[in-house]
Amino acid sequence: MRKYSVFAIAREAMRGHKGWDQQWTSPEPRKDYDVIIIGAGGHGLATAYYLAKEHGITNIAVLEKGWLGGGNTGRNTTIIRSNYLYDESAGLYNHALNLWDGLSQDLNYNVMYSPRGVMMLAHNVHDVQVLKRHVHANRLNGVPNDWLTPEEAKEFCPPLDISKRARYPIVGAALQRKGGTARHDAVAWGYARAASARGVDIIQNCEVTAVRRSSNGHVIGVDTSKGFIGAKKIGVVAAGHTSVLMEMAGVRMPLESYPLQALVSEPVKPCFPCVVMSNTVHAYISQSDKGELVIGAGTDQYISYSQTGGLHIINHTLDAICEMFPMFARMKMLRSWGGIVDVTPDRSPILAKTPVPGLYVNCGWGTGGFKATPGSGHVFAHTIANDNPHPINAPFTLERFRTGRLIDEAAAAAVAH
Amino acid sequence: MLLIHCPYCQEERPELEFRNGGEAHIARSRDIAAESDEAFEAFFFIRTNPKGLVYERWRHIHGCGRFFNAVRDSVTDKFLRVYKAGEPKPADVMKNLPEHSAWENIPPADQNVETPARDRVSTDGEA
Repeated sequence: MRKYSVFAIAREAMRGHKGWDQQWTSPEPRKDYDVIIIGAGGHGLATAYYLAKEHGITNIAVLEKGWLGGGNTGRNTTIIRSNYLYDESAGLYNHALNLWDGLSQDLNYNVMYSPRGVMMLAHNVHDVQVLKRHVHANRLNGVPNDWLTPEEAKEFCPPLDISKRARYPIVGAALQRKGGTARHDAVAWGYARAASARGVDIIQNCEVTAVRRSSNGHVIGVDTSKGFIGAKKIGVVAAGHTSVLMEMAGVRMPLESYPLQALVSEPVKPCFPCVVMSNTVHAYISQSDKGELVIGAGTDQYISYSQTGGLHIINHTLDAICEMFPMFARMKMLRSWGGIVDVTPDRSPILAKTPVPGLYVNCGWGTGGFKATPGSGHVFAHTIANDNPHPINAPFTLERFRTGRLIDEAAAAAVAH
Repeated sequence: MLLIHCPYCQEERPELEFRNGGEAHIARSRDIAAESDEAFEAFFFIRTNPKGLVYERWRHIHGCGRFFNAVRDSVTDKFLRVYKAGEPKPADVMKNLPEHSAWENIPPADQNVETPARDRVSTDGEA
């Protein structure tokens, strides 16, 4: 891998940009690997990267049925924050947030992490109580999160309307200054390039059709559209398709897959400085570096793998956006799309060993997995390499639904689910 | 938005009138306190979540208010059948299902799994 730098750009500028290498190789699969990761999205590629970098395991294949980063990694609203209520969640998401710092340097790839601040609006007494509880819980967990008066919120984000006559009056806000956005595609590409440079095989257009197990139950490999590929360990990082893949190994999951939609407007000049979320009216919005407003909508109410959702879901969110920011009322929306998110009953992810020896699962990120990409890959790589979870992901087991030790962000989530 | 045929009202109505009630044909135990942790987990948390045929409950909340069941293809979102609550799970819809690559898998039961990790708890509610 040739290092990207300002000198490389200058050198290539002199040579008509003919010397750039492919960012990652696309080899044919070998007969067997130490570890197979199913799913080449951000989490899967990050897992492969940290396995290679931190645990010295480089005989890895990342199998992807479509194209790299073409699932939820390329479909989310790129928001990064870690202001979750419970200790376990704060630990996991803040681990990720700390890795976002310096990720571009680590990968030698500009992931455009922009800690521009994530602001959550309170519109009524209940919101104030909930958000203040989050602020205090976060501070106890070492996650900086500030409570702002309406005036302070307006100062930080001038487009806010804090007048009393607003349809949804703003009575306060919680601000995580270190939250922000990153370029989602660059995250997948950066991890793919860095993993490939360490010898990881990234195999696209290779759909897993069965998980093979030996007579003692241990995994021995997978059948794919490119034939059988052997593996000592398999990590399933397949987001919405996790239930389908785990079923192949005989494990039934506490997951349901729903379409989650997002949309972007036409690009305009910079007008919106941070990420603003309002859970009460279900609106969240930010502006990409390209100038588009990036808007997240909700999930449909039914299970689906269609990667498309109902128009009324988007409409509902746009209603709220237009009420809160009348200046956007005449913006044209360019594109909308859906991704399939795997939702657990307690809305916390599962990062764990499974009852099948050699099979590991990283799933259940639901509507908010992008922010955790580096941390998720980091602790999942540890789990696979050591056959034992990292202390940070130890509570995120599959067994918690039997024991009752849930991490119940469903009721306490800072995010609009 | 889905168009859903309510088997009681005998009418096709927009999805906004309905509330999805999750997976169908999951029987609640008559003595829930006596259930083992495993059985309770299977009843309460584990879901089939199939890519393909979904058996699900709907409630016509802004219409007749009644629960009914539907069979839907979760890839196309197309409804294959609706039927009233209490009626048996229709067995003959499978042949109408278009082929999906994920469905060409070897069924877990046919794999040489001697010690299935998590027993397939019941056949109820499975596609």
